[in-house]
Amino acid sequence: MNLWQFMLQNRTEVLELTFEHLKLVGISTFLAVLVGIPLGILITRWPSLNKPVLGGANIIQTIPSLALFGFLLPAPWIGARADRLAILALALYALLPLIRNTYAGIQGVDRSIVEAGRGMGMTDRQLLFQVELPLALGVIIAGVRVATVISVGLATIAAAIGAGGLGEYIFRGLAMVNNQVILAGAIPAAAMALLADVSLGWIEKRLSHL
Amino acid sequence: MNDSAENRPAIEFRHVSYRVNGNGDAARELLHDLNLEVQRGETLVLLGRSGSGKTTTLKLINRLLTPSSGELRVEARPTRDWDVIRLRRMIGYVIQEVGLFPHFNVERNISLVPKIENWPADRIHARVLELLQLVGLNSEIASRYPRELSGGQRQRVGVARALAADPPILLMDEPFGALDLITRAELQREFLELQKRLRKTVVFVTHDLREALLLGTRIALMEAGKLVSIQTREEFLNSTEPLAAAYKQAFGTPL
Repeated sequence: MNLWQFMLQNRTEVLELTFEHLKLVGISTFLAVLVGIPLGILITRWPSLNKPVLGGANIIQTIPSLALFGFLLPAPWIGARADRLAILALALYALLPLIRNTYAGIQGVDRSIVEAGRGMGMTDRQLLFQVELPLALGVIIAGVRVATVISVGLATIAAAIGAGGLGEYIFRGLAMVNNQVILAGAIPAAAMALLADVSLGWIEKRLSHL
Repeated sequence: MNDSAENRPAIEFRHVSYRVNGNGDAARELLHDLNLEVQRGETLVLLGRSGSGKTTTLKLINRLLTPSSGELRVEARPTRDWDVIRLRRMIGYVIQEVGLFPHFNVERNISLVPKIENWPADRIHARVLELLQLVGLNSEIASRYPRELSGGQRQRVGVARALAADPPILLMDEPFGALDLITRAELQREFLELQKRLRKTVVFVTHDLREALLLGTRIALMEAGKLVSIQTREEFLNSTEPLAAAYKQAFGTPL
């Protein structure tokens, strides 16, 4: 039985796991965007927070993913269900590229443009929403893109704690020493990562201002 | 009418100094004990080489910088007592790199201040058309983006934007410095025409003596953070003051 026959035969399960995978990545990235972009903006306003915030996000990034799942296990509510745990862990990993790119994007806006706006009497809020964020959008989307692609890959490991997703097939295949089963999880995951990369890359290009 | 305020100069510097804390070494003084008055409706040119304190002087006026000591009054009121946003909105600001917003088209760039001042949309649109005509641009340009304009057009848009809410004071920081000679001469001529009609209080920064003599009601010569002299065109041309003489020699005759 070849790979395609296997996937066709198990298409409901493949679709189900793909959907689970998408859910893990989607929700976690959404939460990370909700936290990471404001944090990135915050550290452009309070430079003294720059080091602790970026440092913290950096440290999270260095924790091996299996260990992070383990650390979060005793947490109340979160630890009670595997998918919550996986979503939180994935969101934490996604923070660094989001914070860093938001910060770099805003810092990278031409200072003469910002100063012109300030000199004309724009308030800090007007400058942020009308000038800095629109001009930094391309770089910020690039951060979302990196975070999403990393997340698609990392989410396969979530199956190790029973959170589901395409990692199920990979771990099952490893246990069965069956390459076809491994590939049945790996190929859709890789396709998902590529798709996210290409589509967010396209958005990034559309929103970038020179 | 407050007669005493009306008779005061539009901008007054009283013993104004500006220092920055250098990294490690002692504080660096960018501006030392500046005393200066800008009269209503005149074009005061700040002339000097890079690092002489011209731009610093300009940024003190719209409080992008605040004096380390001394007092600076705009419309008879110390800048530190002004609501900074109000102060800046009554002062038009034109800089060399223009600072047009690349993600806004010409119309949105020009209407920036009227918009944040909540003018009604039809009044804003009418004002944009009026301003485009004033600075010699075709109204078709309104929907274009800054990257689609020539240097001269961009600089004209920059001037229109600064004039949008009809501020009584204009600060211009080497506005024509990056233009080719012919475009620059064109814009200088138009500036003179415009100023004849509008009678704004203008503070104009340049390092170009010809430009200073052409545009300035008076010329304030600056060097190393100090005001060396402040003279009319004729006084400057006849001046024997060493730095003024050095400038005249550097630019050659006839001026």
